[in-house]
Amino acid sequence: MANLPEPIAELLNAALVSELTVLDGKGRPVTYPLIPLYDGENIYMTSSVLFSKKLEHIKRDPRVSVTITDPIAAQVEPFRRATIQGMARIVEDDLHSGWERVMPLWTAKEPIIKDLIKKRFAMPLFWERSVIEIVPTRAFLWVTGETSQSPEVFELGAAA
Amino acid sequence: MARSTVREDAVLEDVAGYSHAVIAYTDRTGHPVNVAANFRTDPARGVIVLDAPQIPEQPSIGSEVNVTFSHIRPYPGVGYDQRRYVSVWGTISAANGTLEVQPSRTHGWDEDRMSFFELCERSVPTAHEYMRKVSAERGETVKPTLSLGWLFFLATRVPFLTATFVPVLLGAVVARAEGFSAWWLMLLALLGGSAIHLGLNVANDVSDATSGADEANVNPTMFSGGSRVIQYGLVSLKAMRTTSAVCYAIGIAIGLYLTVVSGPHLLWIGAAGLFLSIFYTAPPLRLVHRGLGEICVALGFGPIMVLGTYYVIAEQLSWEAFYASLPVAILIMLVLYVNQIPDRPADERAGKRTIVVRLPKSAIVTGFAGSVVATYALIVIGAITGLMPAWTLIALATIPLALQVHRGISSHYESPYELMGAMGKNIQLHLFTGLALIVGYVAEIAI
Repeated sequence: MANLPEPIAELLNAALVSELTVLDGKGRPVTYPLIPLYDGENIYMTSSVLFSKKLEHIKRDPRVSVTITDPIAAQVEPFRRATIQGMARIVEDDLHSGWERVMPLWTAKEPIIKDLIKKRFAMPLFWERSVIEIVPTRAFLWVTGETSQSPEVFELGAAA
Repeated sequence: MARSTVREDAVLEDVAGYSHAVIAYTDRTGHPVNVAANFRTDPARGVIVLDAPQIPEQPSIGSEVNVTFSHIRPYPGVGYDQRRYVSVWGTISAANGTLEVQPSRTHGWDEDRMSFFELCERSVPTAHEYMRKVSAERGETVKPTLSLGWLFFLATRVPFLTATFVPVLLGAVVARAEGFSAWWLMLLALLGGSAIHLGLNVANDVSDATSGADEANVNPTMFSGGSRVIQYGLVSLKAMRTTSAVCYAIGIAIGLYLTVVSGPHLLWIGAAGLFLSIFYTAPPLRLVHRGLGEICVALGFGPIMVLGTYYVIAEQLSWEAFYASLPVAILIMLVLYVNQIPDRPADERAGKRTIVVRLPKSAIVTGFAGSVVATYALIVIGAITGLMPAWTLIALATIPLALQVHRGISSHYESPYELMGAMGKNIQLHLFTGLALIVGYVAEIAI
């Protein structure tokens, strides 16, 4: 499977917010703003059990789409926009600390997480979390950020 | 529990300020696609008008799509503010080269309308439901966890022990100022009083969990709304009842030992304290539900603890010790009084008719001011009349703190999280005034 092209990887690494769209039980799209993490191969997001509807949706139907659209929350030069379709799976062997595997990626974007986690006793349910692991299968890149123009399309292959 | 902050009747107004939209739909294989689009609203027609994005697979006209508007201001390395998003669903139609969606369903969150902490509290049932499903998938119970130390710390609300430390130490220094000293008995009194206090804290949580008061409270703070360990599924009701009973048993055992050592009057003082502590929340009296919580707390953490400690050491009762207990009694009463302000909507729903539930803001703020004036007046009168050492006048140094609390509750009465600063300062007011009185007695002893 091919990796995401560099301009999209750079956008993912810069983005503090993306929009994740999943399908609900009736096959309707539902969108959630979430911070995307990228390890050079897969996209990761974490979700507290407090906001776990998306996790149930993904377990039912793993097809998802992630888009990065906000120039304020994703500061890259020149600004661009991207949409990444993929297949997701929920990793939650240990809700309490299993998600800490993505901590290096998360703290690289949000160093304050290290301080907040020390106070997890104050918000214990917020820190019971699952990881959403997304294998990209297709990506669209609007190099100027204008989605009224045709995107570059990248077929990345089917998820294993 | 409702979590959306979107105004159903003004959704177009709510989305108008966003910079762009994200249209989400399914492609011909059923895979979701989401893509940014410029948009404008047409309030006259009640539709959102979107520029059609260029993407190989366009949304099918006539299908239901999701349109999301998201805004956040990130502070790299720090966090975020201005977090808000609106999601709408509706059937998509084409008109004059653009796309149109008339919202039929909405969802969203704006932290200016609902704090993140309240959003989390309102989402607790979702968390429990999810963990039940994960438990069913795995065939084993999945629940949130914290270390035993943190659970004990949270469940018993250990930091509130300052309410016990102040009167016990005050009783001890009053006794010492009158020539009586037995530090090991003071330590036992401190231990026993602390055990009863922790038992009461836990019992109060059990009561508020069974009455529904804590569950209905979606604006708990670090000072109010209980420990939440039951609501979060961290500790069972049964374990909380057991913890409370063990704490009470330790406190009662120490109290009985001190009675044997010090004298029979302690039995009556201890019995009065135990009565107030148990029936503070326990039926049939449930004193806190009747607006008598403040009086119970004032008596229990004022005269009963000060006189009890004094008696343990001096083996006699004293008007001076009783008088010295009054300022700290009023101030600890005010801790409960102020901490109950953010709880009042949930308390009212649960039938917990506290003073702040019964009276309007103006009366509560005036009541705070009057109580503080009475506290400092007692200190001044005590010093003038010789009922307390003149050195205790140093406690007047906390007046600016009292003024800050007064300003805080006047300004932020309706805002639980903004009120937190005043609640914290109010606890400091009790602690620092109490410590100043203790220091005043120590100075009298030393000089």
